[in-house]
Amino acid sequence: MSMIELTDVSKNLAGKQVLDHMSLAVEEGETKVIIGRSGVGKSVTLKHIVRLMEPDSGEVRVQGRDVLSLRGKDLSELHMQIGMVFQGGALFDSLTVGENVGFVLREHMNLRTAEIEERVKESLALVGLYSVEEVMPADLSGGMRKRVALARAICTRPKIILYDEPTTGVDPITADAINLLIDELHDKLKVTSIVVTHDMRSAYKVADRIAMLYEGKIIAEGTPDEMRYAHNPYVHQFITGAAHGPITEGQSSIVKNSID
Amino acid sequence: MTIRKGFYVSIGRRVLDFFSFFAGLVRLSVQTLLLIPARPLGAHRFFEQAGKVGVNSFPIVSLVSFFIGVILALQTAYIMQKMSSEIYIASIVAVSLTRELGPVITALIVAGRSGAGITAELGTMAVTEQVDALETLGSNPIKYLVVPRFLSLTVMLPVLTVFANAIGIFGGYLIAVYRLSIRSSLYMNMTFQTLVYKDLYTGLIKTVFFGMIIAIVACFEGLTVKGGAEGVGKATTRSVVNTFILIIAADCFFTALFYFFLE
Repeated sequence: MSMIELTDVSKNLAGKQVLDHMSLAVEEGETKVIIGRSGVGKSVTLKHIVRLMEPDSGEVRVQGRDVLSLRGKDLSELHMQIGMVFQGGALFDSLTVGENVGFVLREHMNLRTAEIEERVKESLALVGLYSVEEVMPADLSGGMRKRVALARAICTRPKIILYDEPTTGVDPITADAINLLIDELHDKLKVTSIVVTHDMRSAYKVADRIAMLYEGKIIAEGTPDEMRYAHNPYVHQFITGAAHGPITEGQSSIVKNSID
Repeated sequence: MTIRKGFYVSIGRRVLDFFSFFAGLVRLSVQTLLLIPARPLGAHRFFEQAGKVGVNSFPIVSLVSFFIGVILALQTAYIMQKMSSEIYIASIVAVSLTRELGPVITALIVAGRSGAGITAELGTMAVTEQVDALETLGSNPIKYLVVPRFLSLTVMLPVLTVFANAIGIFGGYLIAVYRLSIRSSLYMNMTFQTLVYKDLYTGLIKTVFFGMIIAIVACFEGLTVKGGAEGVGKATTRSVVNTFILIIAADCFFTALFYFFLE
């Protein structure tokens, strides 16, 4: 049984078929990276796993349980087992860093304040941040916001972590630090992870396996090395970042304009 | 022919939009009411919001109702002086304020001030995925964000209205006593002789519903924002306009209801 399993999932958003009978399986302890162009449905896939979205058809299973059948307390339990790191961090503006990280502990667990503070400190230390509990999110840099978002996601020690574009919008050095962090957390916490990205350097660094999403389907999947030397022309164009190729064939204006 | 077809399509679309907006409000109201007793209760969030929408609105509500009282006394004096019936200014100011102007003006001020603020805040949270984050952290966004705002507006609007009525009557009193030379004791007597309990509670019952309308419309518009900063701006404008229309419509409904069934 896979840890996460999407079977034949379809989703239409505002008339666009974003996912089209898409299937994907992630094994326990695995870090799977989903690559693909912007707007191809990578984030939508993650939102289906935590049931922020429901598919038009198909099935989503997490630890063997049908996510769509979960209600109330069961759904909250599922959320406690999944940590999600949003693209922009999605930190609560009105709360301090410490309150953000300890949000679940304070809202849903019967813990003493000292215990919560201890857990917050521990989680922040795991992402390499110290003495920032009283800082407001607006005063943090992009990289630090991502780290705090990660600390918040791991505060309940989840079994699964979902990363939505973790290296987008940060400088290359910070991006590499985040990649190392993803790897470290995977080793320390033994979590199953899905990383959605279009940053190939990041994908090669953190992935056990890479899957490519194109036109609503997973068109190729393999280890980083298998993908690097894949013969599939779509995969080859994407990972080499070539302007010309089968992916951009239907959108020639972008390519032509850049040449003219 | 094409123009006429386009016209009908546009009308049809607006009617559909209206019904879907209304259905959204009803759905959010039901969900909010069902989630009020759910745990954790989050009493601290209620008090925090009560401070924001109630205590912080007090200065502006006081100022506006004071001026309304003054204006009402001056306008009434214009007619009453012609009939040598200045003494009735006290009664007219008191009844107009408690039955109608106090509740409606307070609701409109709070809708413009706090309702718009709520839509902008929740809208920004929605476009920056903070609402999604809440859900993935095991908290129901309606319980966490809507319920405290709904309860605080429902409780604080009647409280603010009581103050608005009193301050408005005081404004009228100042004009009557110091400008029209009506004796202070006579003005007070006329005010309290005219006012009956029904005037007060019919006015206050309305404000409970006005508070609910402000909270539900503001939260609905905020949580359904799409399209970044521009979307937040549009939703905030829509929130204020729709709340104003619904408050006036609800006021008309309740006034008719009280007139036909409580007179």
